[in-house]
Amino acid sequence: MDAELLRRLTPSVIGVLVRRGADFAAAEDAVQDALVEAVRHWSADPPRDPKGWLVTAAWRKFLDATRAETARRRREDLADEEPAPGPASAADDTLQLYFLCAHPSLTPSSAVALTLRAVGGLTTRQIARAYLVPEATMAQRISRAKRTVSGVRFDRPGDVATVLRVLYLVFNEGYSGDVDLAAEAIRLTRLLAARVDHPEAAGLLALMLLHHARRAARTTPDGGLVPLAEQDRGRWDTALISEGVGILQAALARDRLGEFQAQAAVAALHADAPTAEETDWTQIVEWYDELVRLTDSPVVRLNRAVAVGEAEGPRAGLAALAELDVSLPRHTAVTAYLHERDGDLATAARLYAEAARKASNLPERDHLNRQAARLNTREPR
Amino acid sequence: MAKYLLLKHYRGAPAAVNDVPMDRWTPEEISAHIQYMNDFAARLEKTGEFVDGQALAPEGTFVRYDGEGRPPVTDGPFPETKDLIAGWMVIDVDTYDRAVALAGELSAAPGAGGKPIHEWLELRPFLTAPPTVTE
Repeated sequence: MDAELLRRLTPSVIGVLVRRGADFAAAEDAVQDALVEAVRHWSADPPRDPKGWLVTAAWRKFLDATRAETARRRREDLADEEPAPGPASAADDTLQLYFLCAHPSLTPSSAVALTLRAVGGLTTRQIARAYLVPEATMAQRISRAKRTVSGVRFDRPGDVATVLRVLYLVFNEGYSGDVDLAAEAIRLTRLLAARVDHPEAAGLLALMLLHHARRAARTTPDGGLVPLAEQDRGRWDTALISEGVGILQAALARDRLGEFQAQAAVAALHADAPTAEETDWTQIVEWYDELVRLTDSPVVRLNRAVAVGEAEGPRAGLAALAELDVSLPRHTAVTAYLHERDGDLATAARLYAEAARKASNLPERDHLNRQAARLNTREPR
Repeated sequence: MAKYLLLKHYRGAPAAVNDVPMDRWTPEEISAHIQYMNDFAARLEKTGEFVDGQALAPEGTFVRYDGEGRPPVTDGPFPETKDLIAGWMVIDVDTYDRAVALAGELSAAPGAGGKPIHEWLELRPFLTAPPTVTE
């Protein structure tokens, strides 16, 4: 029994049923029933066309369920619509599922859960563990999402940008338990990028690969943060980096710039530097200028100030920071860092401690506390 | 087995014996402190006594219903005088004595100078439903 094959086939089988007019929730239930059948029968009698087998079994399950629930008339209509037996269509039904799962009527957390369930083929338990919530809570979240999109018909392509945003959210959740959400997001984005002609799909894939390539170097064995400049570059995954850079260059060559491509370009410039000192900060500032133009996001402006501090010196960085709202996340930490680089260690120490109090996650708080402690307890010169 | 909540306070508990703010410790002392806490939790996982542990951000807000059709009232961030929980650990142990012993161990986490902080932790038993009698 090939669980990986089943997981891979699940989304496109759901997609076939949805395209034939089944309601999303009913399609998903029918496919789950068909998977149970597959597990029961395939080891003794493996089908020649697994997808065709699943589509047929799931469609029968769907009809059975529909018969049980609705009037004879409705059943007859559907039976009439049953396509002739034969090989499953090669049309890309998975793509429809992406759009359905990222439907604008869903909240971001519902869209993420539904995408992992329907497109990723993860079990509810796996998703619940990845998000550290009880399985019953996640089951509710998913069934509420299914109800929300029930009745939504998919006769035209949805918005790729919305799908990309959902996949980006999955990637940023990191990992815990037995599901690595970053790896899962990369897998799904890879599938999507192969199917849609959209430069930002390639941009997002490149961005994920370039970030993922640095993951091993980003934390100490006990979970502490290692800042970019201090990372052991020998532990970066060079295969992922060159793949990401290749995808990014192809996307940039098409001259339809978007924010994921610009972010990936920044990541690529970091990945490209043999040492932290050799980072091309001037070019990074230029990419942040593009990002500011594309998004006008305060967080991007904050990151730009960091880059300016590296390219033109801490005073220039502090001047760029002065134009930003002090309540921005990491504003205090960045200010502390620039003051330290400028030689004002007392101010830096005070601000690091303040930033630690404001930190929203534990590794970051510990890291900032260590920075404050390092300056406060240094040997007097 | 009974569950107990170990509460760690930012403010509101009596001052620790070794009461030095963390940004005055050395980075090595901070690392040792974190290591101690992680080891403690890992050990309780092995003995089957660990249930949950979470840290809380220092910002908190009091919120109150303000009548039909009106948004809830907030009194803003906690003023300095209010009690503030820094985090908790839930343990599931056989006896009250065991709970006290574990709380004592946690309070002995090293701080400034590598010496135990001797901070006050609050130990609260969970209320439980009466046991169900089944045939």
